[in-house]
Amino acid sequence: MTDALLTVDGLEAAYGSIRAVHGVDLRMAEGELVALLGSNGAGKSTTLKSIVGVLKPVSGTIRFSGEDITGKAPEQIVKRGISLVPEGRDVFGALTVEENLRLGAYAVYERKQYQADLQEVFDLFPVLKERFSQPAGQLSGGEQQMLAIARALMSHPKLLMLDEPSLGLSPAMTDVIFDLIVRLNERGATILLVEQNAERALEIVDRAYLFANGRIEFEGTPQQIRERVDVAAVYFGDGTDTDACEVKQ
Amino acid sequence: MILLEFIVNTLSLGSLYALLALGLVLVYGILKLVNFAYGEYVMVAGYGLFLGATYLGAPWYVTIVGSLVLAALVSYLTEIAAFRPVRTKSMDAMLVTSFAVSIFLQNAVLLAISPRAKAVTLPAFMTDSVTVAGVTLPVRNILLVVVTAFLLAGLSLLMKRTVLGMAMRAAADKFTTTRLMGVPANLVISAAFVMSGFLAGVASLFWVSRSSSVDPMTGSGPLLIAFIATVMGGMHSTVGAVVGGFAYGLLFNLLSIVLPASMINYRDAFMFVAVILFLLFRPQGIVSRGYVEERVG
Repeated sequence: MTDALLTVDGLEAAYGSIRAVHGVDLRMAEGELVALLGSNGAGKSTTLKSIVGVLKPVSGTIRFSGEDITGKAPEQIVKRGISLVPEGRDVFGALTVEENLRLGAYAVYERKQYQADLQEVFDLFPVLKERFSQPAGQLSGGEQQMLAIARALMSHPKLLMLDEPSLGLSPAMTDVIFDLIVRLNERGATILLVEQNAERALEIVDRAYLFANGRIEFEGTPQQIRERVDVAAVYFGDGTDTDACEVKQ
Repeated sequence: MILLEFIVNTLSLGSLYALLALGLVLVYGILKLVNFAYGEYVMVAGYGLFLGATYLGAPWYVTIVGSLVLAALVSYLTEIAAFRPVRTKSMDAMLVTSFAVSIFLQNAVLLAISPRAKAVTLPAFMTDSVTVAGVTLPVRNILLVVVTAFLLAGLSLLMKRTVLGMAMRAAADKFTTTRLMGVPANLVISAAFVMSGFLAGVASLFWVSRSSSVDPMTGSGPLLIAFIATVMGGMHSTVGAVVGGFAYGLLFNLLSIVLPASMINYRDAFMFVAVILFLLFRPQGIVSRGYVEERVG
């Protein structure tokens, strides 16, 4: 991994006085599809929030495309090419699908490009074309997840981060979303995925980091992880179980 | 005849209250802050009218535009100087800051101008009356309804058709996610304060014209009205503010008619009873919003 797109060194992050992440190191090369796995409360989402600037790190550095972006505001980080699909989708429910997409393009708006991007989004998600002028709040959970991903793509991210995209979705819809993630990656997108469903994520990623109690316990390819770690325990971990991703002896 | 008079009076009073409530809700929607300095923007615009028309003797249209700009500017400056530094701190800090800004502005005009009321010279059409179908109506009331209709239509277009409007609506819903789109937090917040100040300025023209004078405490009445109207209408949407403003105007005028002459001085007490009933039985207001809100930090 010589030409790292994203480098996180010694990241420490906290909510108030509660330390959630203790010294996390991450590397991502361009074009990679990487997952952060681990039980609830392991520090995966906190890591994403720190990268995108929603949470100011207590210490550590985050470098993106060779530039130090530690502690920058989210609106500045989006402009540099990182886009986050937040946990719970977070579409603007009172705004129409069109308005959601238009705001997604806020950082990079240029009229011609925007029209072309809309066409591309319609190709990827035909349902969004049908629902174009409907309030996003009226969409189903799966459709909202598609909208959230489409909205994030509108800013032409160099790095797309997805926080629990399968949360609350039916198994069929989860398949659709995972297929989509693979397709986006095949088209060249660099994707960082946070997922509790470890089994499912390991089927598609190049590499994964296993989180437990705010630290990275293990890092490797899906094969390495399956050999060394009890994946089911990662999946079923509830955050209080410290053995959740204990490495097999 | 009486009905026509009642309708026009209710519409005009409702318009005034709707403008006041709308200005308060624009900032509340995004920052979740009840800005207790809001009345001071009305007061400052009133002093703008005094300075322009009475002190400088400027033409009325220059005076009015100047007052509106002054109110919007003062609102914007309070955002930058007072609210922005404490924005990421606790909600209590924001609330106390709004009281501090209020007291600061009151005392600033008290020191710089006078603690006593100043007469405001208004253009003749603001004090004239017209007779329609045998009913004498103040031109000011009709003008207020027309101006409010245009402002509401304009604001609605701004919120629906412009990207800034979309961003403001998005920010009122999910502030952090809006920033993730690349929308600068400061931009939407500043825009809300400028619009809030501007609406306070417009309301001030009509508020001040009722007594033709302005004093350092002029803002307390409008603040209270805006607050009550938003409690009635619902704090979470601009529609709620407008509905609350008109509901307040209607209730107030109904009380004026229904109450016997000996009780008319207690009209405000009845208004507060209505507010208490609202807080007890419909705390979300007439127009409620179906989702939980997020604090800005």
